Amino acid sequence: MTRLDRRGVLKAGAAAGVLAATGVPAKAQAKRGGTLRLGLAGANTSDSWDGRTHSDTFMILMAMGTVFDCLTEVAADGTLKGELAESWEASADAKTWTFNLRKGVTFHNGKAFGADDVIASLQMHTAEGAKSAAKPIVANIETMTKKSDSQVEFTLISGNADFPFLLADYHILMYPAGQIEEAIAKGIGTGLYRVESFDPGVRCVVRRVDGHYKDGKAGWFDAVEATAINDSSARMSALMTGQVDAVNRVDFKTLPLLKANPNTMAFEVTGNQHYTFAMLTQTSPFDDVHVRQALKYGINRQEMVDKILQGHGAVGNDHPIGPANQYFAADLPQLEYDPEKAKFHLDKAGLDSLKVDLSASDAAFSGAVDAAQLFQASAKAGGIDINVIQEPKDGYWSNVWLKKPFCAVYWSGRATEDWMFSTAYEAGVPWNDSQWDDPRFQDLLYAGRTELDSDKRRAIYHEMQQILSTRGGVIVPMYANYVDGASTKLAHGPDIGNIFQMDSSRITERWWFA
Amino acid sequence: MGGVLRIILQRLFLGLLTLLVVSVVIFVAVNLLPGDFAEAILGQGATPEAVASIRADLGLDQGMVVRYFSWLSDALRGDLGTSFAQANFASFVGSSANLGGVTVADQIAPRFANTMFLAGVTAAIAVPIALTLGILAALFRNSIFDRATNILTLSSISSPEFFLAYILILLLAVVNPILPSLSNIYDGMAFGERLQKTLLPALTLTLVVTAHMMRMTRAAIINLLASPYIEMARLKGLSPLRVIVVHALPNALAPIINVIALNLAYLITGVVVVEVVFVYPGIGQLFVDSVKIRDIPVVQASCLIFAAAYILLNLLADILSILSNPRLRHPK
Repeated sequence: MTRLDRRGVLKAGAAAGVLAATGVPAKAQAKRGGTLRLGLAGANTSDSWDGRTHSDTFMILMAMGTVFDCLTEVAADGTLKGELAESWEASADAKTWTFNLRKGVTFHNGKAFGADDVIASLQMHTAEGAKSAAKPIVANIETMTKKSDSQVEFTLISGNADFPFLLADYHILMYPAGQIEEAIAKGIGTGLYRVESFDPGVRCVVRRVDGHYKDGKAGWFDAVEATAINDSSARMSALMTGQVDAVNRVDFKTLPLLKANPNTMAFEVTGNQHYTFAMLTQTSPFDDVHVRQALKYGINRQEMVDKILQGHGAVGNDHPIGPANQYFAADLPQLEYDPEKAKFHLDKAGLDSLKVDLSASDAAFSGAVDAAQLFQASAKAGGIDINVIQEPKDGYWSNVWLKKPFCAVYWSGRATEDWMFSTAYEAGVPWNDSQWDDPRFQDLLYAGRTELDSDKRRAIYHEMQQILSTRGGVIVPMYANYVDGASTKLAHGPDIGNIFQMDSSRITERWWFA
Repeated sequence: MGGVLRIILQRLFLGLLTLLVVSVVIFVAVNLLPGDFAEAILGQGATPEAVASIRADLGLDQGMVVRYFSWLSDALRGDLGTSFAQANFASFVGSSANLGGVTVADQIAPRFANTMFLAGVTAAIAVPIALTLGILAALFRNSIFDRATNILTLSSISSPEFFLAYILILLLAVVNPILPSLSNIYDGMAFGERLQKTLLPALTLTLVVTAHMMRMTRAAIINLLASPYIEMARLKGLSPLRVIVVHALPNALAPIINVIALNLAYLITGVVVVEVVFVYPGIGQLFVDSVKIRDIPVVQASCLIFAAAYILLNLLADILSILSNPRLRHPK
């Protein structure tokens, strides 16, 4: 199991179970053949091949992971490698980036891939009226210059050492320039599989492209047939009866059945997906650091993992950086449940007892209301009286989140530290759900952004995680695992990606029939 | 026959009125649900600006009355509009053109065809079974057979559909893998395979609708068995089977046809849960998906189809029962 060390976070037992069950030695011989049948939750009738709109598993897996390519790719072991870009280099201030593109790549309609396609595909995200989730990434690009057909130079507005990492984002797909509308309508990319049929919210069939630049390294199936199965029991019975070969989002309740069945296996990874309780730190009483600390000691994180996630997760440490991040500070002291310390901090805050409202709804995350009630029970011993308010599911994100001073929140996490912090912890950004504004934190954020030296960045991000853990406004009780299921006929490489479900949504590329 | 024609026209007119009322009720109901399309589709990203921009794109910022009448005037011209999901997508792409031009009608047509197929298969199984069981139960009334049939059909109708579905999956797909539990049929599938994939949901629905039809057949026949003309037939020495099938059944047809029509309507409108459990791409699943994201044009169109199915099948039932009854056919 030493191969798993770098991100020794595949839950040890689960990982052992998976590898033992599949019996795949580290360098098993992958081979071509077969049709992979997937049963996927997360499909909608509004699905399309427009990467800017993608937010749920079905389309992320079929587009980024199957039909389209990005410039860069996060490998299963967490390192960054080129996908349509072969190599890249940065200027010392991380402001100018030169990308060398792979030569001889063609789109499914025969058009050759080149620098123009990169520029046009990126411009899609900042086009007028386009509401792309990747807009902040692309908006930071000041100019894009075509140096040659296979070289593009980007100049950024503010330097960003993570720039190549950000280009692996599943929204930023490469489309053929001049044919983008057609490519969106039909699904024309450079990926391993070409679209054969697509019925949004129902089904998608793709067939392997002959002669692809990833030949011999990925893309082992002849065809992939993805069926939208949003109902969890239907998904499970489809897998158990062998009508599909793999499913995502396995219900914890049925996990034992899946493991007991000799024909199926579960694969489980801890990634960056985390659940939080966010406090508005510029609103009384959360503006007092001792109140925040009292609450941090009043929550029993292990109990939450055991009861809300039924063990399928890991305890959080009140910062948003997860095990799938490069500079995850695993060595920070773990915050523990300690009612005496909670009382001590209440005392420091000049309070005998504390009464706060906590807003929660299962729209935030599955089990959020139960989690809030567990919090209420554990905090009582520390002299904190939490009043759980059950909010309606509909409109939770518009009416409760960012508005109520203390509420339950879901975060999928981000691939890089800077991206995560600048989405939700940078002073003044719209999704800063704890009104976090800390001068030292802010300085570190700017310093880390342009620092190209890996060791220095590690130190910077370590300190930022420490700041949030000790005095931040967000309680992160747990990381929730990605739990997926597959037939034992399938085999995979030594690592399973933990950025997203289904081997970071690249199961069609990386797995094969043993 | 002029009387029948007048009744048909009258009923069709009333049906149209009903559809109008249904469309108002659905429109108001969907609007009363908390949240709207913009908030549903944006999820966590529902910042006030993003919500406002989608609402403006789709005209959701206008008043409910204005929106209803603009929908109605389009619908009266036969244009059910474009789903919010598609319209929003078009605005996303940055062009006003609706790529591929997918309208609500385009979206619903193949789904509705699938639902009709499922309803057809179910009816082909359920109606003969129900009638046969009903007649046999009437013939052997109060026997063990009668009681057993009653108990079985009544307990199957009393169980929730998803429960029956899971029992059938367990018995016929997991323990004895005879039928597939996944009914993901698609265009261009061979008829045999399509039929095989449709069988489990059809059997589930059969269990749900059989009891009603079977009990009505039994009751209607038994009701007639006390009539003098049946007594006469018996006194003539006819066999009990002949008495029931030839003498009693024709007079019992009206209520039976009514119940069959009601159940057929249910097969079109009530399949939502079964479609979801078996991942059957019918109109019910589209309806659920659309309600979830508050896609009003699709919800409206689906509801109108459901309501129309009820109205037309009831009308058909009334006409058939008039035609099957000479007294009604020739009113004095």
